[in-house]
Amino acid sequence: MSDVIVVGAGVVGAACAYYAARAGLDVTVLDRGPVAGGTTGAGEGNVLVSDKEPGPELELALLSSRLWRELAATGGGFEYEPKGGLVVAETPDVQERLVELAAEQDVPHEVVPADGLRALEPELAGGLAGGVHYPQDAQVQPMLAAARLLRHGADSFGRGALKVRLGVTVTGFTRSGDRVTGVRTSEGDMLAGAVVNAAGTWGGELAARAGVTLPILPRRGFILVTEPLPRPLIRHKVYTAAYVTNVASDSAGLETSAVVEGTPAGTVLIGASRERVGFDRTTSLPVLSRLAAQAVALFPALREVRAIRSYCGFRPYCPDHLPVIGADPRAPGLHHACGHEGAGIGLAPATGHLLAQVLTGRRPDLDLWPFRPDRFRSGEDR
Amino acid sequence: MTFEITVDGRPVPARPGQTIGAALHAAGIRAWRTTRVGGRPRGLFCGIGICFDCLISVNGGPVERACLAEARPGDEVTTS
Amino acid sequence: MTVYDLAVVGGGPAGVAGALTAAQRGLRVVLVDSGVRPGGQYFRHRDVPDEPATKGFERFARQVRALEDRADVMTRRQVWAVTREDDGFTVHCLGGAAVRSRRLLIATGAHDRPLPFPGWDLPGVLTAGGAQALLKGHGVVAGRRVVVAGTGPFLLPVAAGLAAAGAEVPGVYEANGGLGLARHPLLALDKAGEAAGYLAALARRRVPYRTRHAVVAAHGDRELEAVTVARLDRDWNVLSARRVPCDTLATGYGFVPQLDLGVQLGCATRPDADGTPVLSVDAAQRTTVPGVWAAGEPTGVGGRHLAEIEGRVAGLSIAAARGTAPATRAAGVPDVLLRRRTRMRAFAAALLAAYPVKDGWRGWLRDDTVVCRCEEVPLAGIREARELGATDARSAKLLSRAGMGWCQGRVCAYPVACLAGGGQAAPRRPIAQPVTLADLAELTLEEPHD
Ligand SMILES: Cc1cc2nc3c(=O)[nH]c(=O)nc-3n(C[C@H](O)[C@H](O)[C@H](O)COP(=O)(O)OP(=O)(O)OC[C@H]3O[C@@H](n4cnc5c(N)ncnc54)[C@H](O)[C@@H]3O)c2cc1C
Ligand code: FES
Repeated sequence: MSDVIVVGAGVVGAACAYYAARAGLDVTVLDRGPVAGGTTGAGEGNVLVSDKEPGPELELALLSSRLWRELAATGGGFEYEPKGGLVVAETPDVQERLVELAAEQDVPHEVVPADGLRALEPELAGGLAGGVHYPQDAQVQPMLAAARLLRHGADSFGRGALKVRLGVTVTGFTRSGDRVTGVRTSEGDMLAGAVVNAAGTWGGELAARAGVTLPILPRRGFILVTEPLPRPLIRHKVYTAAYVTNVASDSAGLETSAVVEGTPAGTVLIGASRERVGFDRTTSLPVLSRLAAQAVALFPALREVRAIRSYCGFRPYCPDHLPVIGADPRAPGLHHACGHEGAGIGLAPATGHLLAQVLTGRRPDLDLWPFRPDRFRSGEDR
Repeated sequence: MTFEITVDGRPVPARPGQTIGAALHAAGIRAWRTTRVGGRPRGLFCGIGICFDCLISVNGGPVERACLAEARPGDEVTTS
Repeated sequence: MTVYDLAVVGGGPAGVAGALTAAQRGLRVVLVDSGVRPGGQYFRHRDVPDEPATKGFERFARQVRALEDRADVMTRRQVWAVTREDDGFTVHCLGGAAVRSRRLLIATGAHDRPLPFPGWDLPGVLTAGGAQALLKGHGVVAGRRVVVAGTGPFLLPVAAGLAAAGAEVPGVYEANGGLGLARHPLLALDKAGEAAGYLAALARRRVPYRTRHAVVAAHGDRELEAVTVARLDRDWNVLSARRVPCDTLATGYGFVPQLDLGVQLGCATRPDADGTPVLSVDAAQRTTVPGVWAAGEPTGVGGRHLAEIEGRVAGLSIAAARGTAPATRAAGVPDVLLRRRTRMRAFAAALLAAYPVKDGWRGWLRDDTVVCRCEEVPLAGIREARELGATDARSAKLLSRAGMGWCQGRVCAYPVACLAGGGQAAPRRPIAQPVTLADLAELTLEEPHD
């Protein structure tokens, strides 16, 4: 028996397990698939502060950005690149709004005038109105990040404190009265002092098995990947201001905005689309076409570069765009760490750190009230 | 029936309908690309456009598969 | 834009037979192929017939001529995607061309399945199909001293062709027992005759044919200089080894069907007898997606005879399905054809059973042996991915980059799946050929109208 069972070996589950083990708890991570086989395996790996509205999510992002830096320095192995982000504006109006947002966010940034853009990104298209540079924005390789966190967790705190069991599907919960005392799985029952729901986009489904609702829905996203380029063409994470509004939008319809960046492998990643179409994996050529169009509009040098693959994933979407983090008063013993939508990679360490504080009975560094599991009225935004 | 193309400046004979990859291989040039990570030599492997080992650039264009690119008189092929 | 009744992708025996059969029944047909001329992997001939003449070439050439009279044959077109619209399909080709049709026949064939071993990425190591393509398609003999190794009857014509063209062939090394082939009652019918002919041709040229032997390593500085040939036990573990000098190796361990377009459209797949994913088709060669048929290797590797029959069945079924009425089971297809197909499928299954890939090949690899050639992922990289929590090919790819490069895992998917565990999965390649972002951006996705 472990102190804690974490359901889900995505980046969020990995971070929860890592920090819980670091806090001295015995942790078992369960996943029905491999490590990082869910949405983490389909993410882009942005660790952003720039796209967050001032408020609880920005606080979480800032904490996380610091923790990713720490994790990279202590264990690493997941291609952490503190490359900085550059948000660009197509028109002076938008630039004005970007500058205002940056001031409200109150994070390190630098306003870049139109004629200063090429100094940061030589291949950017002409005619842009300016931008804002966020030096704190970084990137990790999400699958390696999840896998390495689990590995470092097991290695640094003594093997046995952090165990991973793959190919185990959680089918329900064991209870004692109201209290969740463990999980029912395809491999039998497993008991624990606490259970963490880190099932990402499937977090709502898992919560339902404990009789509680979490309104988590899949929000599909496609990424285009180019051929490996002999020389890096793009230095920062570059995206258009439309990205910020799309991220915050509630629409179920298709929204796309260019997010373009290079990777250590030489490829260029092009995102990001958002649409709520259930778990439909069929490739949508119109979406890929729009992503390509937006990318070449931003970087004309990409025109003759070839896309060699694309992939899609399903972001765990909550109606208020905030993740669910903390103990569930409706099912004592059950904790949640899911619903991070398009920012779960960025927000994973802070989530894990705060949840470990909850699990060990300490006062969390950030107020978890905005993330509480019972904040949704039933039937809201369904 | 044969014509000439150049590969990194060096003349290589080719026949109409032949691919650049076939012409290079026939001329005894079997290694022309160097891999990104290990710096290993590569040339034809699958010969039918599947493996992308045989990448070249023709007349300054983007990289393409030598085993699919038909040789045309005067083509200037560069390797990387 | 013209909306054809039928678009056929792939101009090998299956595609040409399917296109011709449908065209002869009055359908407006277009055939799209990436080659400079129809032929596929088997009939890759220059205009001059080769010597010794490839079996069946005359017949195939006749079919192509007949097809060219009745249908549009578009060559040098690489299809990178197929999309489904309300009442038909768009076949997207590189360079911006697109073809519209009401129905689709996928006849995209297969490519070689190589196995990794130390040194297999040295220039001079070719796939057996690559050596064959050089010879038949371009009149280039792959090397002066060419070793042929792998498994399956395809090694024989490759070796015989090379020897006849003047190459010295120090040996043909068949990793399986080989005897199974001649003894199988079904095999006496057909291919065994052909195989015996090639064996006799090899014997005349004193080319040794060794069963239970394989090339387990290739050596050379910048190019191939020698290979290690090993005697194997029945599971392909090495019993003894010796070095054979050579400048070229032609190798292949069966074939990988090309399913990309079918998978893009959502066609269901099934594991073939040896676990290879193939498109599921019914008696009329229909896939599970309405309006999409498949014939030849994408429905299971079975060689050119079966491919041609499947193409004909598909062509008949497509013609019978004209109008709006859905096709009933194999409507319009004569029983004789279906019986021949049944017999040939049994033959194909027997071949798969006679020439399996045995696990012992894993022992040929060293830690630093490249498994994924594009991303240069060695065996140790795959092992590390497993230690980090990969349990199948997809997660091994995410954690090691094996299969993420230019070829999209076409070359390494099989060995990676074997090494990672979890079985062979159907490939997901939404972009089946590298396409420029400009072409992708400027894609017009119009709704079809008549
Ligand atoms: C296209 C795209 C781009 C993105 N880009 C970024 C980005 O740049 N930066 C960023 O921060 N975020 C990004 N995201 C979002 C990010 O990927 C997710 O927020 C994050 O991966 C969520 O992690 P997770 O651990 O919560 O979920 P997951 O990674 O999905 O993990 C959940 C795990 O739970 C397991 N599970 C579920 N149910 C059960 C059960 N009953 N029993 C056992 N196991 C179960 C699943 O198998 C899965 O492994 C992107 C998402 C998409 C789709
Ligand atoms: S040799 Fe394989 S793609 Fe050209």
